[in-house]
Amino acid sequence: MLVELYRRFAGDYPKFFKMDTLCRLGFIAAEILLKGQTSQCEKEQMSIILANRSASIKNDTDYLATISEGNYYPSPSLFVYTLPNIVTGEIAIRHHIQGETSFYILESPEQLEPIIKSYFSSPLKGGPRGALTGWCECSKPNDFYAKMQIIYGTTD
Amino acid sequence: MIYCAGHSIISPLGEGTQANIEAVQAGRSGLKKYTDRFADVEPFCASLFDTPQDFVPLCIRSIELALNEQIIKCENAQTIFILSTTKGDQLDLWSPAQQIAAHFHNPNPPIVVSNACTSGVCAQITAMRLLESGLYRHAVVVGCDLQSRFIVSGFQAFKALSPEPCTPFDPNRKGLNLGEAAATIIYTTEPTDSWRLVAGSIHNDANHISAPSRTGEGAFLCLKDVLNGVQPSEITRIGVHGTGTLYNDDMERIALQRAGLADVPMSVLKPHFGHTMGAAGVLETILCAEMASNSQCTMHNSQIIKMLSGFGGVNAAIRIEK
Repeated sequence: MLVELYRRFAGDYPKFFKMDTLCRLGFIAAEILLKGQTSQCEKEQMSIILANRSASIKNDTDYLATISEGNYYPSPSLFVYTLPNIVTGEIAIRHHIQGETSFYILESPEQLEPIIKSYFSSPLKGGPRGALTGWCECSKPNDFYAKMQIIYGTTD
Repeated sequence: MIYCAGHSIISPLGEGTQANIEAVQAGRSGLKKYTDRFADVEPFCASLFDTPQDFVPLCIRSIELALNEQIIKCENAQTIFILSTTKGDQLDLWSPAQQIAAHFHNPNPPIVVSNACTSGVCAQITAMRLLESGLYRHAVVVGCDLQSRFIVSGFQAFKALSPEPCTPFDPNRKGLNLGEAAATIIYTTEPTDSWRLVAGSIHNDANHISAPSRTGEGAFLCLKDVLNGVQPSEITRIGVHGTGTLYNDDMERIALQRAGLADVPMSVLKPHFGHTMGAAGVLETILCAEMASNSQCTMHNSQIIKMLSGFGGVNAAIRIEK
């Protein structure tokens, strides 16, 4: 299903096929939201702040299979995806976003709201800021869910 | 601005911040060679606890050491627990955070920051935002990671580990060493006589998921942000990430030069503790802040920058004032 969505919404980014499911999921959600959009802020002021409940557990399990006893061949290309924040990095690379990238492990999507609110109220620097934010979860193979939005704000 | 109201470090070098400061001042290192700690893994050099620790009890002990119950009431809804970790308790990140918060009878769902090796600095930035925006008055920020067959095998597969004790910023550096620790900082909105967190910034290189930017792009943007309001010449010390890998140290050098900070004295702590991952940002912030005040610095006002970088292209920096 994710490959079908990739062909429909992107199709020009072969690196997609190297990604684990969590990254593929986040990549496609971001693609649908950001494609063809003109950002309302500088690339240094656009952020990606995502969350889920089970971190990178699906890919952690895949990596564990490569280091099982009696069959020990640790894969560097799988190991790099055993961190949940890699999906924020993949989206940042694809869309040349150089603002903040953050990943939180939370009980529920509602818990992200005060974190985003406080992100916009922190007076680091004035001017328009944006955030691609939401929930990006993949706990088991073929069991995934993403819900993202883009929020613009100003800290002036 | 938020204020430090307590801190602690538990590492193979000692229990409590003071024990760890003394170990660093005495030039001691927790790094040792291990040949049979984890099955199948090639011999490696790391800073590990002699007795393997359990994640949740270790975090709880670290928080208890840092707490001053007269200032912070953990059971109060105005206190938030923030856990910084990359691999948590055997790959589970949410449940241990919940168990830690429940142990202290905190009513809020805790927040786990899992932003690769920058997590410990990002957790402090999260605390600053939540406290400054008035959502909470106190934050208990605990950083912890324990080493495992999972992590060591992965870093070996990446060829990122040095077989010898690491030598950050040395021309012949061979890579990093992993480490174990738990560290806690309690932050509050009310002034204390300790140091304070005044600025923080996170930026992505948007370049590569496992290699730092050749131009130090994200790290430079972070440094530029935390220098807002001060001159580079006012910075008294920089706690660099300094993992000892070829690319990380070079990237940091470039970012520091671009930000006009090449002449500022810097601290590198990895030769003492190894890379403690989720704990690193918390542990190294405490030591940079505490040891700056113990040095023969003649200036009244110390301005310290702590910087970190990690997989996913993420970079983070904070500025501490003392």
